[in-house]
Amino acid sequence: MAQLFSARADLFLRLGLLALVVLPLTMAVSGFAYYRSSYYTGVGAYVQQPVPFSHRHHAGELGIDCRYCHTQVEKAAFAGLPPTETCMTCHSQIWTNAEMLAPIRASLATNTPIRWNRVHDLADYVYFDHSVHVTNGVGCSSCHGDVADMPLMAKAEPLTMGWCLDCHRDPAKNLRPESEIYNTAWEKPADQRRKGRALLAHYGIRKDHLTDCSVCHR
Amino acid sequence: MRQPSDSPPAPALVALLSGGQWPCARAARILALLLCAGLVSACNDMVEQPKLKPYSSAEAFDQNAEARAIPFGTVARDEPERIAALRTPPKVDAALLDRGRAQYEIYCTPCHGLAGRGDGIIVERGFPPPPSYMEPRLRAAPAEHFVDVITNGWGVMYSYAARVEPRDRWAIAAYIRALQLAGAGEMADAGGEAGR
Repeated sequence: MAQLFSARADLFLRLGLLALVVLPLTMAVSGFAYYRSSYYTGVGAYVQQPVPFSHRHHAGELGIDCRYCHTQVEKAAFAGLPPTETCMTCHSQIWTNAEMLAPIRASLATNTPIRWNRVHDLADYVYFDHSVHVTNGVGCSSCHGDVADMPLMAKAEPLTMGWCLDCHRDPAKNLRPESEIYNTAWEKPADQRRKGRALLAHYGIRKDHLTDCSVCHR
Repeated sequence: MRQPSDSPPAPALVALLSGGQWPCARAARILALLLCAGLVSACNDMVEQPKLKPYSSAEAFDQNAEARAIPFGTVARDEPERIAALRTPPKVDAALLDRGRAQYEIYCTPCHGLAGRGDGIIVERGFPPPPSYMEPRLRAAPAEHFVDVITNGWGVMYSYAARVEPRDRWAIAAYIRALQLAGAGEMADAGGEAGR
């Protein structure tokens, strides 16, 4: 009787057994890596806008405060996008013929709002509130990065639930004093641990409730 | 309380899970169900819900925008308070001056400069220079004047009524007064220097 299995069958069996272990592992690891990669989270990807507004120029070089345009940030859930009128407060007098600003002038002339493209888009089941963060020691750059150094706006952080929880579980590591909230170049001091604990008490943050589902979801 | 009878298992589910000629059918079907559950969880439909969020699109409304123009003649619920806040100057104290300074440094410094001399960075970049608060005319001007200019604009300055709350306008006016007093101190020093 002829051999049922060729000499190579043994190799295939071994490879097959190896694949049984290696394949699921590779898939799990690569899947995990994919969901954390900027390819999936969009971190660092510049979003094209109808007008190439530069935060680096306005907030960085000119030093205009975030709240000059985002007027609602201390009062409402949404920080607020400036109406065309805000752009024209300065651009009615300077760079009045700039080609780049033609859509702004058209917007004012025709009373049509500019359609900016959203850069930070949270899932609809998340109820994020800007005011509660900026009035409780969380600065702009903790989530938005050093905006004053961004020519075009890009996401600086993944804004995933795990990322949010990382801070909600231990906010002290990111808290800053009132005077530094709008400083986008703020860096943690060496003794952030100690200062953070003091700030936790200063702002009256109740850490034990920060991870309740209803804090972010309804 | 929800009665169990209110929610009988779906007939399809029962049919799927019960019986079968092939011995493994039951296990295979449960596996298939689990796979379906996995697929559904991968859909993440709730990320985009059919609801309106600030600045989202809404085809039903003008310009496909969720934000709608306020109908002519609408009166905001807090309008009387706002009008009252605009008419009545608040008591000037340290808290009001602090508020005034914070608001001034957000909205006014780009043109008027930190010290109120009309030399802000936007002026450096070509915006027509505003007058210095140290001018005799503005030193003599009542606080109402500054509140009025913030509310209605002046010359090439746009109205800041949409950006600065009524009480904050008084706070800024009070801070401008403080800048003027500080400026006067500087001037007196300068005079002393000149007299030497």
